[in-house]
Amino acid sequence: MNGEVYEYKNTAYLEYVKKVSPKTNESRSIIDAFFVGGLICTIGQFIRFLLNFTFGLYGDELAGTTSVILIFIGCFLTGLGVYDRIGHYAGGGSIVPITGFANSVCSPAMEFSSEGYVYGMAAKMFVVAGPIIVFGVSASVTVGLIYYIAGLFLA
Amino acid sequence: MGKRTICFKNKPRISGTFTVAGPKEGSGDLGKYFDRVIFDDKFGENTFEKAERKMLSSAVTGAINAAKLTVCDVDAFISGDLLNQIISSSFVAREFDFPFIGVYNACSTLTEAFSLAATLTDGGYMRNVVVGTVSHFSTAERQYRYPLELGSTRPPQSQWTVTGSGAAVVTNEGDGPKIVAATFGKVVDFGVIDANNMGAAMAPAAADTLNRLFHETATSPDDYDLILTGDLGALGSRLLKKLSFDNGYDLSKNHSDCGEMIFNIDEEDYQGGSGAGCSAIVFNSYIYEKLRKKQINRMILLATGALLSTVSSQQGESIPCIAHAVVLES
Amino acid sequence: MWEVVLTYIKAFVVGGAICSLAQILINTTKLTAGKILVIFMLGGVFLQAVGLYGYIVDFAGAGATVPISGFGYLLAEGAIKGAQAGLFGAITGGLSSASAGVTAAVVFSFLAALVFKPKSKLN
Repeated sequence: MNGEVYEYKNTAYLEYVKKVSPKTNESRSIIDAFFVGGLICTIGQFIRFLLNFTFGLYGDELAGTTSVILIFIGCFLTGLGVYDRIGHYAGGGSIVPITGFANSVCSPAMEFSSEGYVYGMAAKMFVVAGPIIVFGVSASVTVGLIYYIAGLFLA
Repeated sequence: MGKRTICFKNKPRISGTFTVAGPKEGSGDLGKYFDRVIFDDKFGENTFEKAERKMLSSAVTGAINAAKLTVCDVDAFISGDLLNQIISSSFVAREFDFPFIGVYNACSTLTEAFSLAATLTDGGYMRNVVVGTVSHFSTAERQYRYPLELGSTRPPQSQWTVTGSGAAVVTNEGDGPKIVAATFGKVVDFGVIDANNMGAAMAPAAADTLNRLFHETATSPDDYDLILTGDLGALGSRLLKKLSFDNGYDLSKNHSDCGEMIFNIDEEDYQGGSGAGCSAIVFNSYIYEKLRKKQINRMILLATGALLSTVSSQQGESIPCIAHAVVLES
Repeated sequence: MWEVVLTYIKAFVVGGAICSLAQILINTTKLTAGKILVIFMLGGVFLQAVGLYGYIVDFAGAGATVPISGFGYLLAEGAIKGAQAGLFGAITGGLSSASAGVTAAVVFSFLAALVFKPKSKLN
């Protein structure tokens, strides 16, 4: 109690805990992630093909519309209470695709709508996905500025 | 008796209990012992929080009826839960006309409440005290972890918050199992940071309280038919046995854990149940029956609690833990 | 015919590989979902900033655009294109090219929150 910071740590115990803690079945989880992630991307590819074939979309419009449809699927499955089951099984395979992004926006929106639409649903919507927007926008501005300044010197 | 152990002279009794369990708990091995199993975990309400309150409220009413008392006979209500500012308990207390003593020690709230109730009744200050705790998976999950529908994976060392509520009436007259002693725990922190690994964080606190209890009452594990821990889970139980063994006490013969008992074993990827409701529904149903039928003569109930909050774990702090024990005789 | 099948196989393999990389990260570092998403998104931004992610997109199609790193790629690509138009474009380019995804996520989540309620979970 003389101003020193006492560190609460019992290293021997922590070592022992580490030794006996159960491990994730690594190879199995990686294979699951590979198949589910690959499958979602294949569905994305199929949507691209359909849009290109039926509406003649291409380029940025095609990519954008594909993401919109995948996000819709992600939100819909989240709403039905199915997506978290897929996530339970597939881990990274369902987190990383854009459907996982949709899930991370949609699930808090649904969850917190019981606290009202303004301070619950709307305010908490980006509780998980907010960092992606924050860091994404910041990084893109950084990249844009670097390219702009580099462009000034090269011109 | 000792520094941390109280031995009750008048031996207060637990004269009635009532448990309400959620659907997952109801389909577990102990399902048939619960007084009431709800099949919809919203319990007919529109939010999970309201369902949690309703569970506690029906457990309290049920326990008072089981003790053959009326609400007028109750002198105090000691209760706690896992939600911020223990709102479930406070809101339930609003429905009743007796004094409310709100307590919080996370998952060890049950034994904390039992110890306090026993102290009040043993001292003759009160006659009948109702003790109740509740937890709900869906409310705890969103307070402590993520939204329900978020597709995140649970690490294998994690535990599952029990949906359920148990209440009991502690009285200084009447019949029922006796509370003979209580050992209050101290906060122990061995530096476990992983909030998913509650069992490992809580085991040292449990070992510390058990050690004091055996020491101060001059008993050993062999003097008890059962040493029942609250919600250490499979991993935490293993760690507790190891730590107690190092202290010179061999628990392997008569130790059980409520968290391990409550769900079916085949859900092997988790360590078992946890939460304030876990020990409450296991003790107040199955174990209480066994005490009444004298299949268990002397036992220790040791509920353990992890005293963390989302803020402390996001700031990277380790998890302080506590365990309170009560000794019961049939 | 073979070409069509090949695009699906490429999308499957590349998309699957990115996801299993994420799973390896989860297993070894115990990072949570939010952090994994940020890391992969920033990875996409970085790879496109040095001009590489575009090649992966050309090769694998949806296999590279569907994972969250494709979102980072969109942000970076928009910013780079915008920078050619001027300072204003450099700042707004990123989010405007990614606006479809963000808008869709907000609108569909809003609708889902109106229609659906969280379900009880049994395991």
